[in-house]
Amino acid sequence: MAEPSLLTQPPARAAAPDAPRARRHRNPRRVGAGRWALRLAALGYVGVLVALPVGLVLWRTVDQGGRAFLDAISGPEAIAAFRLTAIVAGSAVLVNTVFGVGTALLLARYRFRGRALLDLAVDLPISVSPIIVGLALVLAFGWTTGWFGPALQNAGLQVIFATPGMVLATAFVSLPLVVREVLPVLTETGLEQDQAARSLGANARQRFVRITLPTIRWALAYGVVLSIARTLGEFGAVRVVSGNVGGQTQTVTLLVDERAEQFEPGAYQLSVVLIAVAALCIVVISLLRPHGKD
Amino acid sequence: MGIEARAITKRFGAFVALDEVNLAVASGQLTALLGPSGGGKSTLLRIIGGLEEADSGTVLIDGVEVSGIPPQRRNVGFVFQHYAAFKHLSVYRNVAFGLEIRKRGKAEIRRRVTELLELVHLEQFADRMPSQLSGGQRQRMALARALAVEPKVLLLDEPFGALDTKVRKELRDWLRRLHDEVHVTTVFVTHDQEEALEVSDSLVVINAGRIEQVGSPNELYDHPANEFVMGFLGPVTRLGGHLVRPHDIEVLTADSTGAVPATVRRLVRVGFQVRAELHLAEPAAAGTAAATGTGAGEPDPTDTAVQLTRGQADALDLQVGNRVWLRPSQHASVLAAR
Repeated sequence: MAEPSLLTQPPARAAAPDAPRARRHRNPRRVGAGRWALRLAALGYVGVLVALPVGLVLWRTVDQGGRAFLDAISGPEAIAAFRLTAIVAGSAVLVNTVFGVGTALLLARYRFRGRALLDLAVDLPISVSPIIVGLALVLAFGWTTGWFGPALQNAGLQVIFATPGMVLATAFVSLPLVVREVLPVLTETGLEQDQAARSLGANARQRFVRITLPTIRWALAYGVVLSIARTLGEFGAVRVVSGNVGGQTQTVTLLVDERAEQFEPGAYQLSVVLIAVAALCIVVISLLRPHGKD
Repeated sequence: MGIEARAITKRFGAFVALDEVNLAVASGQLTALLGPSGGGKSTLLRIIGGLEEADSGTVLIDGVEVSGIPPQRRNVGFVFQHYAAFKHLSVYRNVAFGLEIRKRGKAEIRRRVTELLELVHLEQFADRMPSQLSGGQRQRMALARALAVEPKVLLLDEPFGALDTKVRKELRDWLRRLHDEVHVTTVFVTHDQEEALEVSDSLVVINAGRIEQVGSPNELYDHPANEFVMGFLGPVTRLGGHLVRPHDIEVLTADSTGAVPATVRRLVRVGFQVRAELHLAEPAAAGTAAATGTGAGEPDPTDTAVQLTRGQADALDLQVGNRVWLRPSQHASVLAAR
């Protein structure tokens, strides 16, 4: 089969310069109804699903004025919530960065029993509902009934209804983000640079710092920013494991929920802050993306 | 002795890549490991370099056993087929890498790297990134990088395999000249017999996990130990019950001692040479061939090919259908056919 296709290649190549011209001829006709319909459908879809609801939140915030905005984000409950969110999200991202890079290295460079299983397990957290994650963590770490809970409690570490549990829950739901960004880059790069560095005398740490880390830096940065965006917004799993005590185990998302439920003021204002951070993350991601390609 | 491999065996699952291989490479020599792909030559090189571990057997470099010592402490230079350039580092930093790892002084590194970049003719590319270099330039950079740490041995795994024919030829000549200058014990893997014959001091033919023959390029070409080595190093044709190289056959227009009659069937001119396909008129062989009707896959034992220069062909005035007499030329390497 290879030979006939080789024989037909020259005519095909000769015809190639004509192809764009033919497409250009067809273009004016297609810009008509079909294209406009497609554009409208896409814009309408994104508009109704995303722009409209988010716009309404923004509108509410602007409508209630600057005074209300400052009050909403500067009260002691809000300050505590921001601090806790920063701690939880920061720790979760740190944990996922370290273990994410480690897991990606393991999956990219080693063949071992259970590798395929680990590869699948990495994706599990993103497909399982956060509420189930929360319940599972309570089962494992709950301080009266959990598997490890009582032992940890005796050792003086409370997991559930405390910060460690919230960090675990948040890390769980954002686990694949770093791995999935870093793994393809490692797979594509292969082992040769690492082996070259080895033959030049570099030990494992030197190879990681001087070769591996620079190779994956953009993918890693992209994964970290994605993780930040995801962890800041985490609600379901955290809600189950936190206990949701105002000023103590209440993150920003939990506070938004409480204020909205109780018809207290300040839910929209806090939402706007979260939206702003998310938007910033998206901007950073879009700036990182072209670099990540080369 | 530069490198010694003793009874090296390596398996990948059920596949035996190397089967009790023994190899000795003299110091300062340029040795080629030649063989078909999957024959085990790259595996042997990687075991010498420590990038792969043998299932059994030992490797000695400069008389010191290195089995079990990780590659970073073996002091070998390794060059890969696909360059393995550090993509995020400039050409200068690539070459400096091994010296930086060894914590050499800034001034010493600068002096040494400049020297090496001159040696590989890349001095004006020091600040470029590897992606801005051509394949040949990248491979020269990789060579300079490997030489920077003054390795005891230099190992090259299909170093020119990813380059186009013209650059390959240039780099091949250049490697030969470079080796005459630096004299580091060098082993390179190739599946290209022309490359191996042209560049190496000593040639090791490896096939199916075993060493078929070791010797100088001329020795192996003229006195191949078996049919495989003969066939791998150059073209082979049959003349009666023997294997001969097609350019080692003399074509005569009259009968002579030791010559066999044949008929010219086809003449093909390829550039400076003429290839003649002939049919031997051996009564016995021809008879059986005609009776059985030779199958399509089986080479007809009464068919043979001769390679001539254009001048020779013109002088003989060869035409299709001519009757000629063939015999191996005086210095021909002849092997009995199985």
